[in-house]
Amino acid sequence: MIRDITIGQYYPAKSVIHRLDPRVKLVSTLLYLISLFLFKSISGYLIATLFMAAVIRASRVPLSFIVRGLKPVIMLLMITVLFNLFLTRSGEVLFHAWIFTITEGGLVTAVYMAARLVYLIIGSSLMTFTTTPNELTDGIEALLHPLNKVRVPVHEVAMMMSIALRFIPILLEETDKIMKAQIARGADLESGNMIQRAKSMIPILVPLFVSAFRRANDLAMAMEARCYRGGEGRTKMKPLHYRGRDYTAYLVMGAYVITVVVIGRYMPLHVWIF
Amino acid sequence: MSIKLEHLNYVYSQGTAYEKKALNDICLTIPHGEFIGVIGHTGSGKSTLIQHLNGLIRATSGELYYNGENIYREGYPMRELRNEVGLVFQYPEHQLFEIDVLTDVCFGPKNQGLSPEECKERALSALRLVGLKEKYYESSPFELSGGQKRRAAIAGVLAMRPKVLVLDEPTAGLDPKGRDDILDQIAFLHRETDMTVILVSHSMEDIARYADRLIVMNRGTVMYYDEPKKVFEHYQELEKVGLAAPQVTYIMHDLAKNGIAVRTDVTTVSEAADEIMRALS
Amino acid sequence: MVQTEKLVFEYEKRDEEGNVIGTSRAIDEVDIDVKEGQFIAVLGHNGSGKSTLAKHINAILVPTAGTMWVDGRNTSDPSELWNVRQSAGMVFQNPDNQIIGTVVEEDVGFGPENLGVPTDEIWKRVEESLKAVGMIEYRSHSPNKLSGGQKQRVAIAGVVAMEPKCIVLDEPTAMLDPVGRREVLKTVQKLRKQKQVTVILITHYMEEVVDADKIYVMDHGHVVMEGTPREIFSRVDELKSYRLDVPQAALLADELRKRGLKIREGILRKEELVEALCQLN
Repeated sequence: MIRDITIGQYYPAKSVIHRLDPRVKLVSTLLYLISLFLFKSISGYLIATLFMAAVIRASRVPLSFIVRGLKPVIMLLMITVLFNLFLTRSGEVLFHAWIFTITEGGLVTAVYMAARLVYLIIGSSLMTFTTTPNELTDGIEALLHPLNKVRVPVHEVAMMMSIALRFIPILLEETDKIMKAQIARGADLESGNMIQRAKSMIPILVPLFVSAFRRANDLAMAMEARCYRGGEGRTKMKPLHYRGRDYTAYLVMGAYVITVVVIGRYMPLHVWIF
Repeated sequence: MSIKLEHLNYVYSQGTAYEKKALNDICLTIPHGEFIGVIGHTGSGKSTLIQHLNGLIRATSGELYYNGENIYREGYPMRELRNEVGLVFQYPEHQLFEIDVLTDVCFGPKNQGLSPEECKERALSALRLVGLKEKYYESSPFELSGGQKRRAAIAGVLAMRPKVLVLDEPTAGLDPKGRDDILDQIAFLHRETDMTVILVSHSMEDIARYADRLIVMNRGTVMYYDEPKKVFEHYQELEKVGLAAPQVTYIMHDLAKNGIAVRTDVTTVSEAADEIMRALS
Repeated sequence: MVQTEKLVFEYEKRDEEGNVIGTSRAIDEVDIDVKEGQFIAVLGHNGSGKSTLAKHINAILVPTAGTMWVDGRNTSDPSELWNVRQSAGMVFQNPDNQIIGTVVEEDVGFGPENLGVPTDEIWKRVEESLKAVGMIEYRSHSPNKLSGGQKQRVAIAGVVAMEPKCIVLDEPTAMLDPVGRREVLKTVQKLRKQKQVTVILITHYMEEVVDADKIYVMDHGHVVMEGTPREIFSRVDELKSYRLDVPQAALLADELRKRGLKIREGILRKEELVEALCQLN
């Protein structure tokens, strides 16, 4: 069950998107996410959708895999939609029963919010699907490098992220094993009220923490043994270099942002109330 | 009192790209009170198999009968099955969590709904059975040595008074003396109680010394299910699947080839010594 | 290559408030001398001090008293720290907890990156090391999907890529199955031949040290036995008193000798025993 989560996973494939410099992907994802908040019209969403479809196509990540990544956030999505739907009061009333009122404004906001959330998630997971965790941390490290001047330990933070990413699957597997072991000892993890259930997690969390600390200790020793001494004097096996395709990607991204903002804001398409 | 598996199949992550058949048409009967050894290389399905025995994993198809009752039938009391079939995982000391050893061993009985007095009594007798010294009962489980931790963890399962004890590589990572101590303790348990013991191990030498019968797993199927002597006669087939017979078995075969009239179905050092002395005198 | 003189390591025992209540000696006046290109084994039960000794060779620990020289450098000298760590690489027990990279080749490149090796040279070294351990076809795999033996081979490649003169393996096979164990040992032997590195293997599996040039046996922080495998394995009872055991062939030879057969001392391999017995016949 824990293993069903696809957000943050890497999907190995050979595509243009996979080959792009991680910095391009990070910046582009950020731009895409920001662009979603710069318009509020069907024409804008149409372009955003087309653009995303094109990128998904180019990335060769199957759509079903991407959709599966949405599953864990469905609850969150529902809550947002319901809140916006019933709590926004503006414009004509479309529906009224007992204490529930749906207004035009509420419906519009709810639909746009849902679309934004879905696009946010797909957009950012598309980045992790096509970028290995290491590239990602390298990219972040390179982009945040200027912060070094104000004494932000950028290298260390990036190293921590990459180690965390390496150990997530190991710790998930370990959780699974500990859970099974405690169930075999008669632990009941599923019934009871909130407090009882929280309490029943102790036999799983304590061994998990102990193990995580033991691993951290071992790993620190192994890193030291291999002459790790922070970022200073370190060379890179895979230094980042911009290539032609990366500049093209920046251009495409710039063109998209301009188009979506101009059309989305100034050439709205009107269908019913939207 | 027995465990019976009928045409048991198990498929991992069915319907995804990672689909993998872990168990393939397993038919086995494990009679009560025996000492069964399970061998097979990593990925042969042996760990998956033993997790079926107490219902932690549910078979994709096929039936599993415990004492004649199908455990996959609607409403079968799974919790009771888990009380009867105790499972000691690999590196069991990694599941210790309480503030002291005694409280940790009480965890199982407490989950069974026993009174605090009963829990304590069972825990104490389990700790005595595994041979952990009394001075450690009040210490934190994290302060013990590797071998002691493992004993405490095994006691945690024994305190539930299972009728079947399944151990997945209980000696992994221990030194030779620690390994022999644990195995002797398990053999002692098997003699003293009428528990069925199912022992998963990588060491042919260990298995040959203790088990009445051996299950050899390969690629999700049961390759052999017989007495150790009979199984190790197939030492050449065993090698093909990445396993081996105990070293003495090879020595006896080589001696026989060189014209010394020894029996070749020997699996332990003392048996081999007897046999060589007999042949040479 | 590696030399110690009256090496002592003490650690402080603390009470619950963190006050020092005494010291305990993990290593007590140990003298060892390893020549360049040798294959040295250190045996001992869990807690005998063998791993503590290993950590001194890589300067993860520094002596409380006495000295340790690695390639002529005093490990207690802080200015030599990185040189010492570069000349003596270390492989640890748990395969999962020593792989840093999320891709095999990136992990192997981690050491050279730390040493400040130029990018082109890193790639060359990574490729060479992965070839040397036979893992080149897994270069772009995630380490999580590898078997235990493969992970350890990647860890060895990671050390080889730093071009050390000496490789210390601290119980590299303790958590592996027999197939993985064989894989790792074969790799180590191959490396010795190809690169003439000094190898120090710390283990409690006796079968692994039959080919060693010299064996040190440790107990309670002391070196209690020292000699060639033949010398060591002919002292079966003494080894047993240090919680160790011997390969079945040596054990059987010893047993037969005790029963009055006149076979020579120092038999290690099954072939030797068979030969000795055939001569008697």
